[in-house]
Amino acid sequence: MSSGKSPTMRSALGVARGRGSAKTGAADHWFAERIGGIALVPLALWFVFGAVIGNAGVDHATFQAWMAQPLNATLMILFIVAAFHHGALGAIVVQEDYIHAPAVKHVTVLLTKLFAIAGGLFCTICVLTLAFGG
Amino acid sequence: MVEFSLPPKSRVKPGKTWPAPAGAKNVKTFKIYRYDPDSGDNPTLDTFHVDLDDCGPMVLDALIKIKNEVDPTLTFRRSCREGICGSCAMNIDTDNTLACLKPIAEIKGAVDIYPLPHMAVVKDLVPDLTHIYAQYEMIEPWMKTDSPTPTSGERLQSPEEREKLDGLWECVLCFCCSTSCPSYWWNADRYLGPAILLQAARWVFDSRDEATEERLDMLDDPFRMYRCHTIMNCTTTCPKGLNPGKAIADLKIAMFERTG
Repeated sequence: MSSGKSPTMRSALGVARGRGSAKTGAADHWFAERIGGIALVPLALWFVFGAVIGNAGVDHATFQAWMAQPLNATLMILFIVAAFHHGALGAIVVQEDYIHAPAVKHVTVLLTKLFAIAGGLFCTICVLTLAFGG
Repeated sequence: MVEFSLPPKSRVKPGKTWPAPAGAKNVKTFKIYRYDPDSGDNPTLDTFHVDLDDCGPMVLDALIKIKNEVDPTLTFRRSCREGICGSCAMNIDTDNTLACLKPIAEIKGAVDIYPLPHMAVVKDLVPDLTHIYAQYEMIEPWMKTDSPTPTSGERLQSPEEREKLDGLWECVLCFCCSTSCPSYWWNADRYLGPAILLQAARWVFDSRDEATEERLDMLDDPFRMYRCHTIMNCTTTCPKGLNPGKAIADLKIAMFERTG
């Protein structure tokens, strides 16, 4: 646990308390992980069996017509948002677990968030482009 | 980054082998982690042979026999020898448990005994509990009230309210759970670990306590409580059969329910 760290003369209680509780509404992050996970069960099944296998081998025009149906476009965008959001939350937790150098951790967490926002937005625009006849 | 291998000075090397007692017919081999901070040497794994026909049934009995009859320098904590004090927690046959509650007969082959994992070692099987005791102190494990003490002298609770403490009050603070938790291994500096969170739950769910808000505020932190990823090693290893994983889940639900 404390091996390898430089010794401190701070009291054990002072070390344990550290900088105190973040009080950032950590419960919200925890609940968001669960909601995303539950939402992705039906959405991922729909994506694999409905969107991918259901459209395997079709030409561009057929797929575009399929995506132009409001229900399909909505489900696809919901899947994209849920997947990027849930994936980012999970990846951030892993980074917080294992990366102990604060500067490295904050940069990788920030990059993960940017990737999720940019990737999610790009995929959403792709869906809209297809749905509206691009 | 997390270190996945032991530092060079912590790597365990082969140690001394003590002979089996003469004339013994029912011999069991014990391989025990030894570390002497004064020597400056790496830890070693010493091999002892114990005549089970002349030894009590539990692993602690064998340790005491070894200390009394073979090597008096063997160092470990023990007190009550009946699973109430929580002192003799150690890693036996790959599981964290209390040596006094672990029958030797349950272990096939040699008995491997190490100190609780991922803690600094004071000597042999004695881990440094300074930080985890400080974490326990941090959650203020005593009843906090603002209401004046009733004239009867007692703060009453209903049988149903009392039942909510079952599965929490029995914890003997042996720390088998916390030291089996990978999340506690990686982030013990900020994560409280299952033992301390179970104790926090014991006070959060006590109907007589009036500091629930303050206690939940203290836990509302991405590390202090939410490093629990429900790995459940804690519940698997608890020698008292308690369920720290459920206690933490109950805390998370209580925390969430106050948000909306």
